[in-house]
Amino acid sequence: MKKHGPYLILILLLAACFSLATVLQQRASAWTKRAQSDNVLKVLFGDGRRFFADGFFRQADVSFHSGFYPTIFDQARASQDTRHLTAKEGEPAAEEHEKQFNFLGRPRDWIERFGRHFAVTSHTHLEGKKEREILPWLKMSAELDPQKIETYTVSAYWLRDLGKVKEAEEFLREGLRNNPDSYEILFELGRLYSENYHDPARARNVWELALRRWSEQEAAGKKPDLRELDRTAVYLSHLEEKEGNLARALELLQLAKKASPTPAALQPQIDELKQRLTKRAPSIAPKTP
Amino acid sequence: MNTILALAGVVIKELYRRKDFYVLFVLTAVITLLMGSVSFFHDTGIVRYVKEIALLLIWIAALVIAIGTTARQIPAERENRTIFPLLAKPVTRGQVIVGKFAGCWLACGLALMVFYVFFGVVSGSREHYWPVLSFFQAFWLQWVMLGIVVAFVLLGSVVFAAPSSNATISFIVVLGILLLGGHLNQVALQQPEPLRSIVYGVYFLIPHLEWYDVRDLIVYDWNRVGWLDCALATLYAATYAGLLLFGAWLVFRRKPLNV
Repeated sequence: MKKHGPYLILILLLAACFSLATVLQQRASAWTKRAQSDNVLKVLFGDGRRFFADGFFRQADVSFHSGFYPTIFDQARASQDTRHLTAKEGEPAAEEHEKQFNFLGRPRDWIERFGRHFAVTSHTHLEGKKEREILPWLKMSAELDPQKIETYTVSAYWLRDLGKVKEAEEFLREGLRNNPDSYEILFELGRLYSENYHDPARARNVWELALRRWSEQEAAGKKPDLRELDRTAVYLSHLEEKEGNLARALELLQLAKKASPTPAALQPQIDELKQRLTKRAPSIAPKTP
Repeated sequence: MNTILALAGVVIKELYRRKDFYVLFVLTAVITLLMGSVSFFHDTGIVRYVKEIALLLIWIAALVIAIGTTARQIPAERENRTIFPLLAKPVTRGQVIVGKFAGCWLACGLALMVFYVFFGVVSGSREHYWPVLSFFQAFWLQWVMLGIVVAFVLLGSVVFAAPSSNATISFIVVLGILLLGGHLNQVALQQPEPLRSIVYGVYFLIPHLEWYDVRDLIVYDWNRVGWLDCALATLYAATYAGLLLFGAWLVFRRKPLNV
């Protein structure tokens, strides 16, 4: 009996494991369901994950600048505006950003002067397909905070630029599932349909939906971003113009003018559309005998 | 010199007999390889985040090894009472300090070399080029910086009662200098007198460890630091390490050795 003692204990333990497994199986499936809605990171970090998500988004910006980035001690702090992340050289957002990032100034003492030999001191942006280096940080940021909309729009912009249109669409769709009211994601999705898939019908539908979402948020008193309304209306107007719907294009440009920070810049386009509409009107009017 | 080398040899043997280094290296390797194996948007050309994470882990591991190894050297000799036969050899107290410093610093160098070889292999296998001189420069600057840290912890080990308190205080001071040291001048300028002069004084007094952190240059493929700047930074570190060791000797030479 003594000889068989350990084996009996082993069998007993196996039986206990089997019994526990049958009891825990149902609970485990409930955990799996939870994991589908709340990922592991959410369970682990709770709302604190947003802090890390912001950190990873910032790291993407640092990577975009190849390490040249202001600290909290630098007078010109990093702007909360993320438009420079989706702007190319020469665009207004890029020029404004260039001014904001002139934070280094002259060294104050010999320690700072010497220390600059060991640090990145030039303001550059990634180029030549190197922009892909920011994508892991953005993906991690989105995993931690699925409600951070700019993560999806910035990622999709660069994914499209890198020729990864399918991945961009998937990521935007994921963003839309997490943020169904986001007019920003809808705008970016519309650009993808218009510029990459050359599908004006789907682009129009998505941009129209974006305008609707913007209006709904305004009606709800959420103060949506006017620049987004301006941008969406302008892009949709150009699409309608290409498709020959001049009246709708004009209507949209007038809407954009109300939201634009530089309405005067849109006036020549409005005038041109008006002229084309008046020229077209007699030709389509029924001829009187 | 032979005495110092013999003392240093004992410390190096201790490093490879203890598990600290192996645990930290395996952790660094596992985390780096795991992160490297993740596919982001089916793009295999992304590499910088792996370099960034690997170098961060190397820096953390190197600091843990340097501070952990150094903090227990003299207290352990005193606690085990091995300090008495050691000093009866005859070995002077100054030789003990220099020998312990040399041992800890060389041990850190050996550990760091293994870490950088691993980093080079991981980085090179993904980027398909090996900027060996840049890696060597980053290794050298970090090792030189660890010289100051080791000297500082050695001073702490003859000032503070327990290795744990010494290690904790050293970590706080080193991390404080690394994160804030370079910005104290900006902070000082925003303060009223006399606080401004005090903060500026601290800024000039502390060793600027942040100079030796050239991770950004490696991760983002910037040009190497000039060799003259490297030499000057080495001289700066040697001066601070010398000062701290001299301070440690001053305290240790009159310190009673009974626990």
